[in-house]
Amino acid sequence: MESANGKVFLYGDNVDTDVIIPARYLNSSDPKELAVHCMEDIDKDFVKNMKEGDIIVAHKNFGCGSSREHAPLAIKACGVSCVIAETFARIFYRNAINIGLPIIECEEASKEIKAGDEVSVDFDSGVITDKTTGKTYKGQAFPPFMQKLIDAGGLVNYINESM
Amino acid sequence: MGMTMTQKILAAHAGLESVTAGQLIEADLDLVLGNDITSPVAIHEIEKMKKEGVFHKDKIALVMDHFVPNKDIKSAEHCKCVREFAAKNEITNFFDVGEMGIEHALLPEKGLTVAGDVVIGADSHTCTYGALGAFSTGVGSTDMAAGMATGKAWFKVPSAIKFNITGKPAEHISGKDVILHIIGMIGVDGALYQSMEFTGDGIKYLSMDDRFTIANMAIEAGGKNGIFPVDEQTEEYMKAHSKRPYKKYEADPDAKYTAEYTIDLSKLRPVVAFPHLPSNTKTIDEAKGVKIDQVVIGSCTNGRISDIRIAAEILKGKKVKKGIRVIIIPATQEVYLEAMEKGYLRTFIEAGAVVSTPTCGPCLGGYMGILAEGERCISTTNRNFVGRMGHTESEVYLCSPAVAAASAITGEITDPASV
Repeated sequence: MESANGKVFLYGDNVDTDVIIPARYLNSSDPKELAVHCMEDIDKDFVKNMKEGDIIVAHKNFGCGSSREHAPLAIKACGVSCVIAETFARIFYRNAINIGLPIIECEEASKEIKAGDEVSVDFDSGVITDKTTGKTYKGQAFPPFMQKLIDAGGLVNYINESM
Repeated sequence: MGMTMTQKILAAHAGLESVTAGQLIEADLDLVLGNDITSPVAIHEIEKMKKEGVFHKDKIALVMDHFVPNKDIKSAEHCKCVREFAAKNEITNFFDVGEMGIEHALLPEKGLTVAGDVVIGADSHTCTYGALGAFSTGVGSTDMAAGMATGKAWFKVPSAIKFNITGKPAEHISGKDVILHIIGMIGVDGALYQSMEFTGDGIKYLSMDDRFTIANMAIEAGGKNGIFPVDEQTEEYMKAHSKRPYKKYEADPDAKYTAEYTIDLSKLRPVVAFPHLPSNTKTIDEAKGVKIDQVVIGSCTNGRISDIRIAAEILKGKKVKKGIRVIIIPATQEVYLEAMEKGYLRTFIEAGAVVSTPTCGPCLGGYMGILAEGERCISTTNRNFVGRMGHTESEVYLCSPAVAAASAITGEITDPASV
């Protein structure tokens, strides 16, 4: 399976889906349109500064608040290759898996990785490598059922395959 | 091993004798909900599925409530997409302008959800129906699509936190104060992935509207669901609103909880959550005096008839402070009608407030009451995140209808006992 590789954009606790994609843009459901405003209310230059493949690292409860799937869709569509956090809010966690946005929970990595570090993530092993510091971390593995959803490329494909 | 109330409902819907926390199950759904923001994304997903059509035309509810009557062309296109999907699939419970209300006030009122149900909704406040003794939880649009197609959803069985509610609340203490107090105590991720199970002698002093408010904001503590036991009040409510049979579940005496808290209602003071988290709570005694620009009374949290009544009683014969904008939004057409018949609308208009058709509008910064840079709103809604009601440099303070109405009179955060 693929891996992620990119520069880290670092955020704190409780990044909510309102700042990931503000409701004033929810009159669109087109991922490309949403991507233009990704993270706008927490980091207005995020889209300008990030490059395809970059990685978001955050602390506790990433994606809390509204259930809007537009949030992981915007993150995925703007080219983020992985979100690493100490914990994810549960609806965001489900949505990310369902739409095929790679996410990984790892307390130590979330606390130690710095903004701007070059990081890679191996999705098969769950190993996160901070190439700037040389340190490696082991992310929490998904339960086998969720891994099947991820391997299928999301919930719709999984259901289609199992029919 | 004993099961919690939530675990029993999930076990029954998964066809299992028992379940334990952490177990992954597939459960049958009694209702799948979506709104005008989340449904178009779900409809796009369902079109990719091999399975044709929906699992049950009566067990899907599509409510146009966030940006309606439509605020712009794009939101009109969204509603059109859902309207066409509803027509094509002969969805019984499609609620458009004229019939709609804010989804989580509307569904219980229409009797579409009852005790013992398993409900998913592509809206985070779907947890509201736990007030009726149902398991209900928010999901995203793809889960909604899968639910509409198959009538099933996968869940990780949650562990639970128990909240013992004791004592009798004083005047001006409502469900909103109870849940803000709890979120202030445990934090916005205090119940992450878990059920919040409410129990205790004090529950009998909480009206159904209070319980809807409390269950509604379980998500604001990170909870998967909030759930109340079914008592006489619940049964009376369901009999008055629904023809569907309901099933009462009770937690086993030896059910396991990861934590237990006791909340003595008699000791609570009105609570206000300061920017920018619902957990950033202060009592009214610490909060009073903060100057405001706008007041919003409404939403899926506090737009029901008792919320409107409390606001009207405080504003009766009074005037909104000059320079303060007050927006009152009855949550459903039925609430609107009752507010009209009881004279509450006259009270609000004479006081200098505006009354809107049902909409989620200002709660999420959609439309109808957007804040400019530096402005402050005290609101009975559920979230006060950065930029939630408008500019990123605006502020939202969360409170009960009583505190909001009292603050409208003075122009600053005010104890309802003082007006």
